[in-house]
Amino acid sequence: MKKLVEIVAGVGGGSLTATSVVEEHLDRIRTRDGEIHAFNLVTADQARKDAAKIDADIKAGKKAGPLAGVPIALKDNMCTRGVETTCSSKILQGWKPPYDATVVGKLREAGAVIVGKTNLDEFAMGSSTENSAFGPTKNPLDVSRVPGGSSGGSAAAVSAGFAAASLGSDTGGSIRQPAALCGVVGVKPTYGTVSRYGLVAFASSLDQIGPFTQDVRDAATLLEVIAGHDPLDSTSIPQPAISLVPVLDHGVKGMRVGRVTDLPEGCEPDVLERLEAAFDALRNAGATIVDVELPSLQYCLTAYYLIAPAEASSNLARYDGVRYGNRVDAPDLNAMYAATRESGFGEEVKRRIMLGTYALSAGYFEAYYGKALKVRRLIYDDFARAYTKVDAILTPTSPSVAFKFGSKTDNPLAMYLCDVFTIPTNLAGHPAMSVPFGLGADSMPVGIQVLATTLGEQSMFKVAAELERAS
Amino acid sequence: MSENPVLPNGWQLVVGLEVHVELATKTKLFSASVNRFGDEPNTNIDPITLGLPGALPVLNKHAVELAMRIGLALNCKIRPCAFHRKNYFYPDLPKAYQITQYDHPLNVDGFLMLPGEVRIGIERAHLEEDTGKSVHFGGSSGRIHGSDYSLLDYNRAGVPLVEIVSRPDIRTSEQARQYVAELRAILLAVGASDAKMEEGSMRCDVNVSVHRFGTPFGTRCEIKNVNSIRSVGRAIDYEARRQVELIEGGGVVRQETRHWDDASGRTETLRTKEDADDYRYFLEPDLVPLVPEQSWIDQVRLALPPLPAARREMLAELCGVDKNGESAIVVVERGQDDYVREVIANGGDPRRSVVYVQQAFAELGPKPRVPAKDLAALTILERDAKVTSTQAKTLLTELIEAGGGDVAAMAAKRGFEALDTGALEAMVDAAIAAEPGAWKKYCDGEEKALGALVGAVMKASKGKADGKAVTALLQAKASA
Amino acid sequence: MIKVSRLARLSLGPEQAEKMTAQLAGMLEHFRDIDALDLAGVEPMTQPYPIKNVLREDVEVESLNREEVLGQAPAAESGRFRVPPIIGFDV
Repeated sequence: MKKLVEIVAGVGGGSLTATSVVEEHLDRIRTRDGEIHAFNLVTADQARKDAAKIDADIKAGKKAGPLAGVPIALKDNMCTRGVETTCSSKILQGWKPPYDATVVGKLREAGAVIVGKTNLDEFAMGSSTENSAFGPTKNPLDVSRVPGGSSGGSAAAVSAGFAAASLGSDTGGSIRQPAALCGVVGVKPTYGTVSRYGLVAFASSLDQIGPFTQDVRDAATLLEVIAGHDPLDSTSIPQPAISLVPVLDHGVKGMRVGRVTDLPEGCEPDVLERLEAAFDALRNAGATIVDVELPSLQYCLTAYYLIAPAEASSNLARYDGVRYGNRVDAPDLNAMYAATRESGFGEEVKRRIMLGTYALSAGYFEAYYGKALKVRRLIYDDFARAYTKVDAILTPTSPSVAFKFGSKTDNPLAMYLCDVFTIPTNLAGHPAMSVPFGLGADSMPVGIQVLATTLGEQSMFKVAAELERAS
Repeated sequence: MSENPVLPNGWQLVVGLEVHVELATKTKLFSASVNRFGDEPNTNIDPITLGLPGALPVLNKHAVELAMRIGLALNCKIRPCAFHRKNYFYPDLPKAYQITQYDHPLNVDGFLMLPGEVRIGIERAHLEEDTGKSVHFGGSSGRIHGSDYSLLDYNRAGVPLVEIVSRPDIRTSEQARQYVAELRAILLAVGASDAKMEEGSMRCDVNVSVHRFGTPFGTRCEIKNVNSIRSVGRAIDYEARRQVELIEGGGVVRQETRHWDDASGRTETLRTKEDADDYRYFLEPDLVPLVPEQSWIDQVRLALPPLPAARREMLAELCGVDKNGESAIVVVERGQDDYVREVIANGGDPRRSVVYVQQAFAELGPKPRVPAKDLAALTILERDAKVTSTQAKTLLTELIEAGGGDVAAMAAKRGFEALDTGALEAMVDAAIAAEPGAWKKYCDGEEKALGALVGAVMKASKGKADGKAVTALLQAKASA
Repeated sequence: MIKVSRLARLSLGPEQAEKMTAQLAGMLEHFRDIDALDLAGVEPMTQPYPIKNVLREDVEVESLNREEVLGQAPAAESGRFRVPPIIGFDV
């Protein structure tokens, strides 16, 4: 399968056409997506038109964009003008946004070819895509297993070669965990790096868009394109995208990499073994491994599962059957609201709306939401202390390799524990990425997570590139 | 504090007002679609206005500046502030939450001075977004109750509002009316809002309670739908009487929201506090804090135009009228004080200039099309008794209709001849001679006798004499 | 739980309500772990990256096309969105 950078070089240099690249990927989708179900929608006709346009432009002597001819899949919670955007929810099924998300505009401008919208846990709430209203996505490496979630479709699309790269969104691990489970690279950038304008909100203070790619260099290349200040997103950091590709070959000599001494328990032994191997690799490459304490880490799950549902309960209140999406008719407005939301939302979404509404309600606000915000500060402060000693931190991405369908669906809390290593990053607003680093149980891939401080993407990518070289 | 004339002895009225004003921005508070009243439904909409999935708010700088102007004009402190989400379901609220300022408003702790030096505290003046509009169909009255369905227009959704909350410092309905009128004059003066109550760009909610002097404040009721300055007074008077009668009859005032029905002149229960919603306020994560730097505040303060109270004072001094009198208030409210100044600069008689403008220029706006020099000439004609005050009014009407002109020529054309002082005095002497009885009675202090004497002069002059001038001459002669 | 589902405008069937009540109770129990923390004097963290004063100029952009937008609505009439009668509201 061609890497993103190979496609860009080939299409720009004339040895490949965007059309041939897109056809190759559409072929794989046709052959295998019936089984995998990475996509909610494949936009083949538009992709062919876009590819033809790029080929014509290049033939006419126009400068090729930094993503010229790259087939990219979008998680189906990013708005695409005139193209159905569902969040894998019945309540939005059929909705065609009248506008494009900022990232979509950036991709198009860079010459990328959007091949379709990928499946997710409904409104990005879940860790396995089993919460999709349109059926789960299967892990291309073993179809009896989940691809992870919530961006399971985007991870599977890259893993299966349906797209050279894809975009996902990460609120508590929704890019990194499926990347780990599907054996690809997944990046959650610093909060505010990639515009959220047009990303359907789950938890506004935690959501970030990021790339899935086959390797670290592709990820750096794609992130450079989609990052950067957007005046349409008030939380967008007012500075240009960080340059990443040039640092990939710098190595880690002299870098200090943190090992968390109080890592939460419950990790599979194979996963811990791979983590040790990762530390060894970095040490061999000249990095120093330093112990760091993150005592508040154990409270992350609680803080996250109060803050995220609280914000979600407010963000998802707009799905009321009035202006867009689906409605269940009823004789009066209140009955219509209740019937629409009852039938339109799946169980997990309702559970989080209930939890979040409760956490914000009068009499409970201080005990739950208010307290969670303070815990979030403790976690942030823990990381701040740690990053005075180290340039990056390594943890597993997921406590386990990809698990079997249905194994966690009856116990929401067990499912939530999948995110135990990824959640802290979102709470702190920091960047983190998952890099495939060998195999674990049942020969399924293990992802190592590289964490860095706010805007520490360069350190993060240096370490990730080193791990990739060593794996 | 004076007692409210409508309440029985011993009772005191306590009123606080919450006034919402729509800001005169080009675009909405958090999005770039147009803020304009009266357009076709749903033609000023965008992803943010409609609360489309994925849309994000960005704060309008000009709205913040206008809100700061209001704060500064109301002597508020401008503070670092933030926005919260107020969560509730209603179809005119597209996101199912309103973005508003909760515990950290932009403007706090100000005051507004009513004419007569009555100081009304301002608790806060904060920014928030307006809702859409619903129209109800079917049923009998077009009202929400009993309708078959409703239709939604989101043009107004997201329009910037400032909510100005007074302290409960108002003690009479007259003060409440003055407060709203003065607030409106301030909003117009600083250009923050067109403040049209009839179009809803200025809306009042009135909190009313009553208590016996010397006892703690009573339970208050909030009255909504009070849409004119006159209704503010009527609603308060009605509600105060209702509460006193209720208490005196052994009842208890419940904290509730009441609806003012202008047609019946009554308030009625809209909802009681018991079923108040739980708004689950929390900090809006899609926005960042607003921390106006001192330099910005100073810049806005420096650009602030003179406020109505100062303008009234200046005008009153210039024209020799009462600063809290009708002509000063009305002319400043209409923004015609600069024009009056121009008339005077063109040689106009100061007092007559302001009175003419007050009486005849209601429809002409801040920049009347009548040239200042023409109005000035007319005031001089009257002052010099070249025309009578009645004739001057006729000429004024003609001047406004024509949009200006040579008033002397107009007077001549109508035969409004000059009647010089010597001729007038001769006529007055003739009248005294002709009516000796009336003259004697007038000299003895009987004012009524004046009529016959003035009448005689008017008859002799064929109506060309100025009644005021005649009276003045007679007075002078009687007291000589 | 009834109050919460009413606030969230979710009508849950009796069976679902019971299941969810049990699940939420379990989670809330788990979430009591933070009660052990001393949070006195800790400033709540509401913003991952400290930015302030993000403002835009008061410049208009074109409205969305009304017919395109209403075409996506569950019910529309005369250029407006249509909803069933608004009754029993405490707003």
